[in-house]
Amino acid sequence: MTTTGPTVLAGRADARPARPRPTGTSRAARTRRKWYEIIGLTGPAVIVFTVFVLAPMAFAVYYSLYRWSGYGWPTEFKGLDNYFGEYGAFKDPIFLDALRNNAIILVGSLVIQGPLALGIALLLNRNFRGRSVFRLLVFVPYVLSEVTVGIMWQLILLRDGTADSVLQSLGLGDLVTGWLADPSVVIWTMLFILTWKYTGFALILFLAGLANVPPELTEAAAIDGASWWQTQRHVTLPMLGSTIRIWIFLSMIGSLQVFDVIWVASSPAVRSLGASNTMATYMVDHGFNSREWGYGNAVAVILFVISFVAAVVFQRFVLRRDVEGALTTRKG
Amino acid sequence: MVTTTMPQPSQRRPFSWGNPLTYALALAVAAISFAPVIYVILGGFRTTGQIAAEPAALPDPWVWSTYANVIRQSKFWAEVLNSTLIAVGTTLGVVVLGVCAAFVLSRYKFRGREALYTYFTIGLLFPAAAGILPLYLLLRDLDLANSYLGVIIPQVAFQLPITIVILRPFLAAFPAELEDAASIDGADRLGFFWRILLPLSRPALVTVAVLAFVASWNSFLLPLLVLQNESMHTLPLGVQNFSAEHSQDTAGILAFTSLAMMPALLFFSLAERQIVGGLQGAVKG
Repeated sequence: MTTTGPTVLAGRADARPARPRPTGTSRAARTRRKWYEIIGLTGPAVIVFTVFVLAPMAFAVYYSLYRWSGYGWPTEFKGLDNYFGEYGAFKDPIFLDALRNNAIILVGSLVIQGPLALGIALLLNRNFRGRSVFRLLVFVPYVLSEVTVGIMWQLILLRDGTADSVLQSLGLGDLVTGWLADPSVVIWTMLFILTWKYTGFALILFLAGLANVPPELTEAAAIDGASWWQTQRHVTLPMLGSTIRIWIFLSMIGSLQVFDVIWVASSPAVRSLGASNTMATYMVDHGFNSREWGYGNAVAVILFVISFVAAVVFQRFVLRRDVEGALTTRKG
Repeated sequence: MVTTTMPQPSQRRPFSWGNPLTYALALAVAAISFAPVIYVILGGFRTTGQIAAEPAALPDPWVWSTYANVIRQSKFWAEVLNSTLIAVGTTLGVVVLGVCAAFVLSRYKFRGREALYTYFTIGLLFPAAAGILPLYLLLRDLDLANSYLGVIIPQVAFQLPITIVILRPFLAAFPAELEDAASIDGADRLGFFWRILLPLSRPALVTVAVLAFVASWNSFLLPLLVLQNESMHTLPLGVQNFSAEHSQDTAGILAFTSLAMMPALLFFSLAERQIVGGLQGAVKG
C-alpha cells in the first residue's frame, strides 16, 4: 500500500520549528548523547548482521583458496585450483550439471509461474464471494515448509503411486514415467514441484498489486469503449509493472539458492549423477558431507558471485525506480 | 514508498457473485493448490496396504491408530518443542534488534545514515544459502554448533534486512508534530520511542514477527547443518528423519507429515492478513 505520505512528511520534518530544549544541557552534551543512542540502538543489529551474514562470505573467499579438511587453520594453499584447476568446480561435469539445473529452474520459474499467476490474477481480480477463502487456499503451498512439500510429492509421485494411478484413470497412462528415478526427467519433476509451491506466492503478490489499481481508471477505460482485454493490456498491466519486476527479483534469488525441495524429494543417488543437483545441494554434498571444505567454499563463492551480480545488475537497470528509498539512497 | 499494514479497504466495490468462469477458475486453482494437502491428511487415515492397493481412494475403513501412534511419540513432541523454542527466540530477536535499528534509521539525522541503511540492504542481494558453509564453521568455532542459539542468532541476522526495510518507512511516516508534542510534554527521544512510537507500530511489528516466525518454523538447511544432535531436531528435520527411517510405512509418513504441517497451517490461517500484508509491504519497499 503506497501513499504519498512520506515525501510530504519529509518536507515538513525539514521545516519543523526548533524543538524546545531542556535548559542546562550544552549542545556538545546533546550531540554526544545522540551518538550514544544511535550506537546503542543500531549496534547490536550491525554486529549480528556483520558477523553472521557478511563475514562468513569473506571467510568463504579465503577458505576457497585452500585444500582443507576443516580442522585447524588451512595451510595447503591451492590458489584458484578449486575453481579452475584440473579438479576445480568448473572442470567437474556434475557441477556444470548443477549450474544448468539452476538455470532451468530460474528460467522455468519465470516463464511458467509469471504468466500463469498473472493470467489467473487478472481473471480473478474482482470481488467475488468467497475470495478470502480462495486466497487462503492458494497460499497454502507457499506456507508449507519445503520439507513437507518435498516429502508429500515424493510419496504422490512414487512409481505406481497416486499420480500414476490418477493419470491412468484419466486415460493418460502413456505419460507415466519414472518421475523421480529417470535422470532425464527428474529435474522437470523438481521444476513442477517448485511451480506448485511458488505460483501461489506470485499470484498473491499480483492480486495485491491489482488491488492498488484505482477502479476509476478501469471504469474510465470501459466508458471510453475499451474492451476487457484492452483495459487489462493498456491500463492494468502497466500499473502492475513494479510488482512484477520485484517478483522477478525475488524469484531469481530464490531459484539460485534452491536446496530443500531438491534435497528431500530427489534421492542422493539421482542427485549425485547430476540429474537434479543444484549449486546449493552440490555445495553441501561436497563441503559438509565430504569434508572438502576448501572446495565447498569455492562453490559457495561461485553461488554468491552469480547471485550478487544478477541482483545488482537487475537492481541497477530494472528495479531502480521501484525501490527507490529502500535499496537506494533516499534524501531525508 | 511508505509501507503501512493497516487492513486495506477491501469493500471498495460491492460484492458480486461474479461470472461462472471466475468461479470455475477459482475452484480449479484452489483444488490444485489444496488437493495434495488433502491427500496427505486423508492418507494418514488409511493403511499402507490400502494405499498400495488403491493409491487414489478415500479411507475405507478409517484408521485412527496411525495418527494416534505419532501423537504418542515423545520424539514428535520434542521436535514441536524445539521448533517452538527456536521460532520464538528468532522472532523476539528480530523484532527487538530490528525495531531499534529501524527507529534510528527513520527518526535520527546523522552522517552516514543512508550508508548504514544500504549496508543492511546488502543482505537482500544474495541468497542466505551461499554463506552456509563458512557460517557453520564459524558457529563451530564459537562453540554454538549443536545449540539452539546456533540456529537462532544466524536466523535473526538473515531476517534483519527485510525487517528493517519493512519497519523503516512505517516509523518514518509518523508526523514530526507527534515527536514535538511528546518533547513538549517532557519526553526525550527514547521516551517518545518507548511510550508512543512502539505502541502505535503494533501492526507493522506483528507483520515482521509473523514473517520471522514462519521463516524459522520452516527453515531446514541451517538446522540440518547446526543441529547434529537428534534430541535438538526441529520438525522439518523430524519429518525427513521419519520418512527415511520408516520408508516402507507410507501411511505413517503421511500421518507424521500432516501433523507436522498442522501448526503452520493453523498459525497461517490465523495470521494470513499479516503475512500477506507483510509481503505486500516488502514488495512495495
